Amino acid sequence: MSTSSAFNDEKGGSSSAGEPEYGHDPASGGIFSSDYKRHDDLKEMLDSNKDSLKLEAMKRIVAMIARGKNASDLFPAVVKNVACKNIEVKKLVYVYLVRYAEEQQDLALLSISTFQRGLKDPNQLIRASALRVLSSIRVTIIVPIMMLAIKEAASDMSPYVRKTAAHAIPKLYSLDPEQKDQLIEVIEKLLADKTTLVAGSVVMAFEEVCPERIDLIHKNYRKLCNLLIDVEEWGQVVIINMLTRYARTQFLNPNINESLLEEGGEKAFYGSDDDDDDDDDDDDEEKKAEAAALAKRKPYVMDPDHRLLLRNTKPLLQSRNAAVVMAVAQLYFHLAPKAEVGVIAKALVRLMRSHSEVQYVVLQNVATMTIKRRGMFEPYLKSFYIRSTDPTQIKILKLEVLTNLANETNISTILREFQTYIKSMDKDFVAATIQAIGRCATNIGEVRDTCLNGLVQLLSNRDELVVAESVVVIKKLLQMQPEQHSDIIKHMAKLTDNIQVPMARASILWLIGEYCEHVPKIAPDVLRKMAKTFTNEEDIVKLQIINLAAKLYLTNSKQTKLLTQYVLNLAKYDQNYDIRDRARFIRQLIVPTDKSGALSKYAKKLFLALKPAPVLESPFKDRDHFQLGSLSHLLNAKAGGYQELPDWPESAPDPSVRNVEVPEWTKCTSRKERKEKKVEKPFYSDSEGESGPTESADSESDSGSGSQSGSEESGSGSESEESEEESESEEEEEEEEDEEEERAKKKKKVDKSKPKKPESAESDQSSGEEQKRIRKGGKDRRSGTESESEDESESESSESESESEEESESDTDIKKKKKTAASKPPPKQTKKESKKETKEMSLLDLDDFEPTPSPQVTPVNSFLSNSLVTDLEGLSLTDTVLAPTTIAPSSSVRLYELLHRITGEGLAVEYCFSRQPFSPDPHMVAVQIQFTNNTTSEAKSLHIEEPKLQSGMRIKEFPEIEVLPAGESVNVVMGIDFCDSTQAANFQLCTHIRKFFVSIQPPVGELMTPAFLTENEFKKEQGQLMGMNEISEKLTLGEKCQSEHVIVERVTSTANLSRVPCGSDKESRFAGKTVSSGSLVLVTVTRKDGAGALLTVNCEKMVIGTMLVKDILQALTQ
Amino acid sequence: MIHSLFLVNATGDIFLEKHWKSVVSRSVCDYFFEAQERATEPENIPPVIPTPHHYLISVLRHRIYFVAVIQSEVPPLFVIEFLHRVVDTFQDYFGVCTEAAIKDNVVVVYELLEEMLDNGFPLATESNILKELIKPPTILRTVVNTITGSTNVGEQLPTGQLSVVPWRRTGVKYTNNEAYFDVVEEIDAIIDKSGSTITAEIQGVIDACVKLTGMPDLTLSFMNPRLLDDVSFHPCVRFKRWEAERILSFIPPDGNFRLLSYHVSSQNLVAIPVYVKHNITFREGSSQGRFDLTLGPKQTMGKAVESVLVSSQLPRGVLNTSLNPSQGTYTFDPVTKLLSWDVGKINPQKLPSLKGTMSLQAGASKPDENPTINIQFKIQQLAISGLKVNRLDMYGEKYKPFKGIKYMTKAGKFQVRT
Repeated sequence: MSTSSAFNDEKGGSSSAGEPEYGHDPASGGIFSSDYKRHDDLKEMLDSNKDSLKLEAMKRIVAMIARGKNASDLFPAVVKNVACKNIEVKKLVYVYLVRYAEEQQDLALLSISTFQRGLKDPNQLIRASALRVLSSIRVTIIVPIMMLAIKEAASDMSPYVRKTAAHAIPKLYSLDPEQKDQLIEVIEKLLADKTTLVAGSVVMAFEEVCPERIDLIHKNYRKLCNLLIDVEEWGQVVIINMLTRYARTQFLNPNINESLLEEGGEKAFYGSDDDDDDDDDDDDEEKKAEAAALAKRKPYVMDPDHRLLLRNTKPLLQSRNAAVVMAVAQLYFHLAPKAEVGVIAKALVRLMRSHSEVQYVVLQNVATMTIKRRGMFEPYLKSFYIRSTDPTQIKILKLEVLTNLANETNISTILREFQTYIKSMDKDFVAATIQAIGRCATNIGEVRDTCLNGLVQLLSNRDELVVAESVVVIKKLLQMQPEQHSDIIKHMAKLTDNIQVPMARASILWLIGEYCEHVPKIAPDVLRKMAKTFTNEEDIVKLQIINLAAKLYLTNSKQTKLLTQYVLNLAKYDQNYDIRDRARFIRQLIVPTDKSGALSKYAKKLFLALKPAPVLESPFKDRDHFQLGSLSHLLNAKAGGYQELPDWPESAPDPSVRNVEVPEWTKCTSRKERKEKKVEKPFYSDSEGESGPTESADSESDSGSGSQSGSEESGSGSESEESEEESESEEEEEEEEDEEEERAKKKKKVDKSKPKKPESAESDQSSGEEQKRIRKGGKDRRSGTESESEDESESESSESESESEEESESDTDIKKKKKTAASKPPPKQTKKESKKETKEMSLLDLDDFEPTPSPQVTPVNSFLSNSLVTDLEGLSLTDTVLAPTTIAPSSSVRLYELLHRITGEGLAVEYCFSRQPFSPDPHMVAVQIQFTNNTTSEAKSLHIEEPKLQSGMRIKEFPEIEVLPAGESVNVVMGIDFCDSTQAANFQLCTHIRKFFVSIQPPVGELMTPAFLTENEFKKEQGQLMGMNEISEKLTLGEKCQSEHVIVERVTSTANLSRVPCGSDKESRFAGKTVSSGSLVLVTVTRKDGAGALLTVNCEKMVIGTMLVKDILQALTQ
Repeated sequence: MIHSLFLVNATGDIFLEKHWKSVVSRSVCDYFFEAQERATEPENIPPVIPTPHHYLISVLRHRIYFVAVIQSEVPPLFVIEFLHRVVDTFQDYFGVCTEAAIKDNVVVVYELLEEMLDNGFPLATESNILKELIKPPTILRTVVNTITGSTNVGEQLPTGQLSVVPWRRTGVKYTNNEAYFDVVEEIDAIIDKSGSTITAEIQGVIDACVKLTGMPDLTLSFMNPRLLDDVSFHPCVRFKRWEAERILSFIPPDGNFRLLSYHVSSQNLVAIPVYVKHNITFREGSSQGRFDLTLGPKQTMGKAVESVLVSSQLPRGVLNTSLNPSQGTYTFDPVTKLLSWDVGKINPQKLPSLKGTMSLQAGASKPDENPTINIQFKIQQLAISGLKVNRLDMYGEKYKPFKGIKYMTKAGKFQVRT
């Protein structure tokens, strides 16, 4: 017999005579006998020893169960077959057992031993299904057996069985909550499981049994984050929701600085900041404030684990499963810094293409989000436009979103859309649209009149519902500014003849009563009309008529006294007691009698008090205290088992709890186990492979406390362990596995090792460089100029040779002059001292010779606040010579010799990089040049001629110095655009008699200007400058520069950078921009234990980066 | 999570129930029926209905309501998405998902539901795994089973369940190895009265039918991947490769699956392939209305616009229509007031038109709402966004597969306001 024919039989039977027989009342009389007969043949079939008959019988029984018919009397016959060899029969018996065991507990016990045997079966599928059924039988007596089985299965070799064990935990818990403690132990064990298969199920068990035991998650947090992408989609949803709650208890609010800013007075000080503006501005401002005040508050640093979660969930926004996308969206909404939340909008808008049920849920959540973060969805405004084919509930939700998104800029397009909606055939939707227009009008003042006019036009609509809704909305709008709209009130008064909808009539009457002073002539007339129809009105209208009467009586008793009394009399005998009461109450209050108390004096105040205008609010306003995406949020009521989303902690709990000791990968030794482990490797190897390195990179930049750096190390340790493991398993695969899989894995491995390669290569290279540097360092000490010429190209060096030739020619001349100069007394004695400190004497110096006075040159140190810099900028604009003297010289500024006084025939020229912005051209480096005339005669018309420049380089000459008297010195500033290279700028320095070939070569550190970044910006920028653009170098700090202060000083003296605030004291960050191209230069110095440190430079211009690394290295290692 | 599932047909009969925990009485569905009565249209039943002790989450597919009973907090989308997955699985197994098909295969349905959920939590939803556990019923197999006494139920744990590629079963063998991809794009648009586009977007999917032996590793690259603005992938696609190289790299599931759905960035102007000239007027005081509609092709890149179907919900006041189509057939249902016109192919030389009069209720004032016109069409061999697949490569297997790619553009939610 074929199965299908069997069904037909079964169906045919039931549809004719069977249906009523098997009804919910099997004990009813006449049908009883045939019922028995039927079950008898089923019993017979079950008892036979043919599997096919048994199968047939079971299929029919399952069909009965499916249709909700009672088959419990077959229990003994069915349960006998639990040990049947045929797997399909067995499965169907399981289905039956699970359904009826609860009702027939004693008989169900007969089957237990079969399952216990099944639990020991070598086939993992059978073990798993035995556990599944055993745990699904809701019989309290077997709780101990179940507990034992779960515990055993939790350490089963097969991850599939372990997964089943995880599933069994909530079943047992719901059967016997007493077992909680033991179950938590099992959960703890399974949480440590490293397979993706188990992860989702065990977190689900955790959520059902012990969601409050957040401490169990600590050790597994990072693992869960890293496994997440490979977990099956349903598990992803559960894990993400749980991690959202976890993160709320463990990390700090990433938006805390904003909220602080808003609270503190700083914000007002810095002018208007829109709330919706991204925090960049805020941070920028904040940064400035901090620089000025030297950072009192500790800036927010995102915990690297927090970042890990955000980064690992982000790709899941691309999931095909709407629930996963929603889970990630809510995670970002609740956990991410404001600036990053925007990424979820696109994904959520995508979900709107899905089934209407999905749309419904997504729109509910979007509606809540738009209230808090309107800007996020504004670009997608058009995606929320309504189509006539949308179901009404979707239309109304879309309308809600559109209303929330409305602002001054888009209101006109939105209102135009609304206009077409009003013509829709769906009247509920039209009513909702009118409400929405009302809300737009109250929220956006500019369009209030337009909306009001539009609504007034709707009053002449033929559909009563539309008119009524408009009246109600107009009433609310008019309440805001009644004075200007008495004509609208008049218009509405006329409507009372036509409109029949009670709510609308009541609204009109209330309006007229409230503003009867604006329409003194019409109001009594309306009351007259109403008095006529009073008895036929609805209750709500009657109440308003009484109100109107009372108000008119108080303002215009002459005309309306009689009318009022008439109305009150009518009301006195109304059927509704509310109306009778109201009439009695009002009569006492307004009509003065002897008995009336003190209240009547205040009647006018009572009735005609100024009423505040209603606030039209979104129904989604306060929904965000529920976790988005949850059932409770959707219903706006707490559902059973809802876990509150905790508030952010004030201060972060100890992050070290998440550190994991050496992982247990090495534990499994047996071949079989290892084979299973191989299976556990996530598919997206690259994601995992990357997570290691990127994590550590991130934590470097993110910086953290000491404990964190420890974790980092352990993390990398585990990684290497893992890769070892992998390579081992790979060898095995070669023997057993299909070729292609092996190949795929190899590819993964290559991927994995890739990111490491460049690093090692780099370090090799840089170690070579370091050696060079040390050699160079020796020379460097001798003289500044010499060290510079190191890097010069061939042509330059030859040029300098020619220069020296020239010099030697004039040597004799100079010597003569020298002697004359020596006879002169030194012009400025004091400066000599300072010069000795800053600059070492060149070998050429003669003892008897008077050294050149050192100029008071002034570098603008990067410690100085930006405002000071701008001040100075202004100064240097007006008078380049004066400006520098205002600041004390810093030891960090180096003087370079441009022209020695001997070669210069008594004219000594020195230059330094003043580090001020060169105001005529911001792309130029300002070079301050000091001329000192050591001769006895005047030097005249000092100027620059014939610059020989590399292509792209430019020079802005200093204005010609007419006269430089003997013994005097003068400072000028010139600008050079070095095109971000350390190529020298060559030019001729001319006096009225001579020309000198000179060249200025900048150290790389002078090619940049400080850039002011916040920590977040810094990290962001750094994130974009990875790979080739990142150079890092390990170094040993010199003895003198162990402290942060010294490091900062050294770095800033080497390069013109500004410091970026940083939460950790182990780390110092600096940022700058190259002068001509404005590329960012980011420097990070991380101190390790002892004298070790790590220097990282991120710069788009790799040459600059490499050179900068060298220079800073040198500065720090000295 | 999911406590019970009830399947309700259009007439309100519960024809299947399944419980994963303690039995919930089917009377819980009364709350659902109440909501059904309150809602005017079947699609207006709220997807989530709270009752005193339970929550009902329902989806409507193929005129069957799938009502899940929930007892405590759970993300509603989780349940909704799962229910849709159940429907997809049924469709995959039985070809159609109708009441009759479900009733005929009630045992398979039950076995499937048993595998898909354990204690209300999803267990195996990947169709490749399910098909190994429970073989889809075919006529041949039923015959074989009755003769040999073998069963539809697999005895071994599906390999996919434990492998790194859970969506693919091992040991797949075909004599003809083939991989076909359909790029289907849908245009969602709202065109206003004057014919200007209010909003237009392109949503596309790539559906694949891959029948390849062994464990092939495919890469699919596009000529212009930048067009794709927002994508969502089948879990088999390696996300990192896409991020880095804009290449789809994946080990495909066996059989039919949706590889990718995408959204074309809204910066690109969307070509609207048809235009509509319409003149629908009702005169005050007369019981006649004029109806005049002409369709024409526009920006079709030289391809023919086919399978055009125009439908419109006319105002309630319209009693009947007497219209004259220049081609195709039209119907008007006086009860639902739904006008539909099956145009067929648009011939650019002779534009199809539908002209005539509508008779209105005598004495009733003219309806002030204007009907919107919904248009469906198909354009073969064209992806309107301009998306082009560059090449498909296979690694990991030695044979040469047949490869094919087909493009098609369809109207999605394409509306013209009048």
